[in-house]
Amino acid sequence: MTSTLERLSPWLFTIGLFVAWELVCRLAKVDPFIMPAPSQVFLAVGQYWRPLLRHSGVTLWTTMAGFALAVAFGVALGLVVGWSRAIYRGIYPVMIGFNSIPKVAVVPILVVWFGIGEIPAILTAFLISFFPIVVNVATGLATMEPELEDVLRALGARKMDIMLKVGIPRAQPYLFGSLKVAITLAFVGAVVSETIAANAGLGFLMVQAGSNFQMPLVFAGLLGLAVEGIAMYAVFAAIERRMTRWAFRSSMSAGT
Amino acid sequence: MSAFVELDKVSLAYRGASGEVLALRDTSLKVAKGEFAAVVGPSGCGKSTLMKLVTGLVAPTAGTVGVAGARVTGPVKLAGMAFQNPSLLPWRSVIDNVLLPLEIVEPHRGRFRAERKRYAAAAGALLGTVGLDGFGHRFPWELSGGMQQRVSLCRALIHEPALLMLDEPFAALDAFTREELWCVLRDLWQKIGFTVILVTHDLREAAFLADTIHVMSARPGRIVATRRVDLARPRDLSVCFEPAFVDIVHDLRGRIAEVRQG
Ligand SMILES: Nc1ncnc2c1ncn2[C@@H]1O[C@H](COP(=O)(O)OP(=O)(O)OP(=O)(O)O)[C@@H](O)[C@H]1O
Ligand SMILES: [Mg+2]
Repeated sequence: MTSTLERLSPWLFTIGLFVAWELVCRLAKVDPFIMPAPSQVFLAVGQYWRPLLRHSGVTLWTTMAGFALAVAFGVALGLVVGWSRAIYRGIYPVMIGFNSIPKVAVVPILVVWFGIGEIPAILTAFLISFFPIVVNVATGLATMEPELEDVLRALGARKMDIMLKVGIPRAQPYLFGSLKVAITLAFVGAVVSETIAANAGLGFLMVQAGSNFQMPLVFAGLLGLAVEGIAMYAVFAAIERRMTRWAFRSSMSAGT
Repeated sequence: MSAFVELDKVSLAYRGASGEVLALRDTSLKVAKGEFAAVVGPSGCGKSTLMKLVTGLVAPTAGTVGVAGARVTGPVKLAGMAFQNPSLLPWRSVIDNVLLPLEIVEPHRGRFRAERKRYAAAAGALLGTVGLDGFGHRFPWELSGGMQQRVSLCRALIHEPALLMLDEPFAALDAFTREELWCVLRDLWQKIGFTVILVTHDLREAAFLADTIHVMSARPGRIVATRRVDLARPRDLSVCFEPAFVDIVHDLRGRIAEVRQG
């Protein structure tokens, strides 16, 4: 009984939100130009579904491309950083400094280098999302139980053996935990870049619609972003659960 | 009789953030081949440090460590170790945890892939001798603390090491499980005949299992007394109620009290 309710509650809550939004717009007679009601937004979705789909596809592609780069680069750097304390110490301040730069500020530079289009979006998605991957992989390696390391070293294990047998499998829940965070960040990066310097993508679509005063379409774009963001998060949360079932069962949990 | 493990006037200082900590000073210790030695002493006196020195995980600041007739200069590669925390790998099944050392130690490492079946059978048999028949394909989190500690013992022994180093392996277990595992360890030792160095806080454990008990002083630690245990083998748990056994425990308790006074 409770479990059915629990399963349905996200849906109920979302529908409730839309209903409340609709009621507020109707009762307060909000100008649709300021804030369109959900019914108008859905109407716009129906009307413009072709461009919406096409631009969503572009955003999806730039996000995934940037994210793929971030995974490859982040895992590699995370392994290097987790490998030795000296590298960790040396590289950490640089990474913190880099991470604290708002990535919007980098977009103009990317535009100068690569011109307006998909490449700045992909690179912004990459730059914004690799950091949590690096930190998580490095943490997974660095928090290995010293006793386990002793057991293996007393057998004559080399650093490489310890990494392969213990470090890397141990870092996996941390990695998969970070992916669902990284994908949302990559998405943010891609959309931010699209709103500034692109000729396709949901961010671009919304800017265009806004300058044409098509507020329902702007909100339809927003809706598209939300759906896409939730879908990507859900996919990576599911992958995380599948890949690291042991970590959910045993006391060790990722990210702590 | 030449010693299998020999520490000669070993000192060890850790370089910490707040200066040097002298953990061991002029510690000398001999353990014969096949002997069951126990080390007892107050907390923080350097017992775990002693284990690391013998296995070559840390190098002495002064003095020499020898194992099997050779001077120890790096990790010894023939020791099995088990600690208070079983530290099993949660993503591996019980049998794969036990097999881990074989994936690392030569000559098993080179043949591991080819002869995996044979090794798995050996691991299964070893699990059987510690009372874990049929648990090979379970995962560590499905096991109780006592069962995990049995697996940890098997992992320490699967490559048939000449030397078994145990650092308070039973400290986290309840009294009944602990006594059960004493018997498991006793039987394994009697069957296989490796050399054991067991660090413990439990004087009854030391007296029940060991041939010789070494008492360490407070930090900086060194061996202040060595006492032989001449109780007949094989020992049964009922030996714990014999006057000779109780005498030994009392004697040890007195000595520890002395060294704690300083
Ligand atoms: N890596 C280290 N760096 C600095 N000091 C250390 C280090 N490891 C141990 N020490 C110090 O060396 C001393 C001996 O430590 P050790 O772990 O050998 O004690 P122990 O006898 O095993 O204690 P316990 O019975 O509580 O396990 C302690 O005072 C400890 O503070
Ligand atoms: Mg200790």
